[in-house]
Amino acid sequence: MNNRKQNASPIPSKQGETMQNFISERAQSIPPSGIRKFFDLALTMEDVISLGVGEPDFRTPWNICESSIYSIEQGVTSYTPNKGLPALREALSSYLKQHYNLAYDSNNEIIITSGVSEGLDIAIRAIVDPGDQVLIAQPSYVSYAPCVALAGGIPVPVECTESDKFKLNPDSLQEKITPKTKALMINFPNNPTGAVMNRKDLEAIADIVIDNDLLLITDEVYAELTYEESHIAAGTVSDLWERTITLNGFSKAYAMTGWRVGYLCAPKELCETVLKIHQYVMLCAPVMGQIGALEAIRSAEEDKNNMVNEYRLRRNMFVAGLNRIGLPTHVPEGAFYAFPSVKGTGLSDTEFAERLLKEQRVAVVPGSVFGSGGEFHLRCAYAVSRKQLTEALARMETFLNGL
Amino acid sequence: MDEKDLELLRILEDNSRLSAQEIGTMTCLTPVEAEGRIHALETSGIIRKYTTVINWEMAGNGEVSSIIELKVSPERDYGYDRIAERLSRFRQVKTLRLMTGTYDLQLLVTGKNMQEVSRFVSEHVAPMDRIRETATHIIMKSYKENGNVLFEQQEAERLPYSF
Repeated sequence: MNNRKQNASPIPSKQGETMQNFISERAQSIPPSGIRKFFDLALTMEDVISLGVGEPDFRTPWNICESSIYSIEQGVTSYTPNKGLPALREALSSYLKQHYNLAYDSNNEIIITSGVSEGLDIAIRAIVDPGDQVLIAQPSYVSYAPCVALAGGIPVPVECTESDKFKLNPDSLQEKITPKTKALMINFPNNPTGAVMNRKDLEAIADIVIDNDLLLITDEVYAELTYEESHIAAGTVSDLWERTITLNGFSKAYAMTGWRVGYLCAPKELCETVLKIHQYVMLCAPVMGQIGALEAIRSAEEDKNNMVNEYRLRRNMFVAGLNRIGLPTHVPEGAFYAFPSVKGTGLSDTEFAERLLKEQRVAVVPGSVFGSGGEFHLRCAYAVSRKQLTEALARMETFLNGL
Repeated sequence: MDEKDLELLRILEDNSRLSAQEIGTMTCLTPVEAEGRIHALETSGIIRKYTTVINWEMAGNGEVSSIIELKVSPERDYGYDRIAERLSRFRQVKTLRLMTGTYDLQLLVTGKNMQEVSRFVSEHVAPMDRIRETATHIIMKSYKENGNVLFEQQEAERLPYSF
C-alpha cells in the first residue's frame, strides 16, 4: 500500500505531515530506542549518577591516541582498502589465533568495519531474505531485532532466564526453530546480563545449530571482559566455524567507543558477499581509527588488563552491594553490567527506573528494553568510578527504604 | 605471594585508606582474610609504609627539589653499596638509585631553598671519598609523580547517545 499517494493532499497543510507520508512502512515498523526519552530526561537533571550507558569511563590509552595523531600529521588521511588496512588484518589474524585459537585468514576472512554495529547490519543483510526468521537470544542489545527487521527478516526472541544464569538454554532454542529459521544471533559475554557461555554450554547449542543447518552470528565485543574464565569463541566450538560469523571490535576492551572500529570474520565465501555490502554502504572504516586499533593490538595489552582488573573490583563491590540492599543480582561473569531483579519491590522495571531517576537521580536502564527475559530487571553499567558506584548504591538503598 | 596478594597490593598502592571491609568485598575475601593478608605483607616488608601523594607546589611550602647525578669510583668487594648506604643516611636524600649510563648514582634531594640544596651538595656530597663528579639539576615543575598526574585535567565529558 502506498500511503503517500493515498494521503497526500494537493496543498500540504503542515510540512511534518507531508514528510510522514514518505516514510517507508519498514522504517515505521521499527520502534524508537526504548531508553531515548529516559536519557533525554536524565540530561536535563543536575547531579545524576548515570549507570545507563554501556561505555567505559576510561580514556583511550594514550599510546593509541598518539599513534593516530602522528599518522594524521604524516598525512595518512585517505581511504583504506575496503577490507581494512592489511597490517591491521594481519595483526588481528594472529591475535585471534593466539588468544582464542580462532583461525581466520587475514586476506580473505576478515573485514574491518565501522564498529560492531556496522558488522551486525551487513552480516544480517548478507544472509536474510524476506520472511526468513532469525533467532535472537534475549535479553539482547537493542539493535539486533531492528537490524533483522530492516533486512526484511523476522526477529524471533529466544528467552534466556535467570534460572539458567541468563545462558542460552538448548531446549528453549530447539522450541523456537521452524522451517523458516535461518540463523541464530548470540552475544556472550552478554549485554545486558553479563552472562557467559563456557565451552560445554556452547557445545549444546552447536549441536542444535548444526542439526538444523542454521548460521550463527556471534557478537563477541565483550570477549576481553571476562572475570572468571577466559572467553570461548563460538567459532572454535565443535564444527561451528564453517557456519559462523564472528563480530568483535575495539570499543569496550580498549575504551575506544568513539573510534568506531570493529571487525567481522567469516569463511571466505560469505566474506566476499559481506564485503560487497560493506563496499557500497561504508566503503571502509575510518583510517585514523584503524591506525589506533593497530596500535591497540600491538601495545595496549597492559592497559587493557588494568582496565579489566578495575572492572572486576567494581563488579565484586557493586554486585555485593546490590544484593545487600535487597536487589537480588546474579554474579555477571563478563561485560560490565549488573542485572539486578526488582521483582520483590512491587514495581515494574520501568516504574522502578523512572522513579529512581526522579527521586534519587540514579539513571539505570529498565531490563524490558532488552527484550524478553529482561522484564523486572535493571541494567546497571558499572563502568563508572568506585566512588560513584558507592554513592549510587547509597541512593538506591534510600530509594528502596522509601518504597 | 599469590594472585590475590598482588591484587591487594595494586588496590592499596592506588588508595591505602580503604577499609578491610571494602577491600574484602572487591576481592571476594572476608574482611578478616583481607586484613590477615595485608598484615602478612606488612610484616614481610613488601608493604614498606602508607603514604600520601602531595602536590607540594600547590601547598606552597616553597621547597626546592633537585636531581643530583654522581660519578663514583666503586670500592673493591663492595661496589657502590657502602657509599650508597652512607648517602642514604642523609635526611635530605629522598630517593637514591644506582643507574646504568653516563653516571652511577642518582639522588633526589629536597631543601628549603636553592642555597640549602647547593650547600648540601658542596659540603656533604661532593667532598665524599670516591665521588668523582656531581651534576645538580633543579626541578622546575612536576607534572607527574609515581603515576599521579599533578596538573588539572579536564574531565572527558560523556556525550549523550541513546543506547
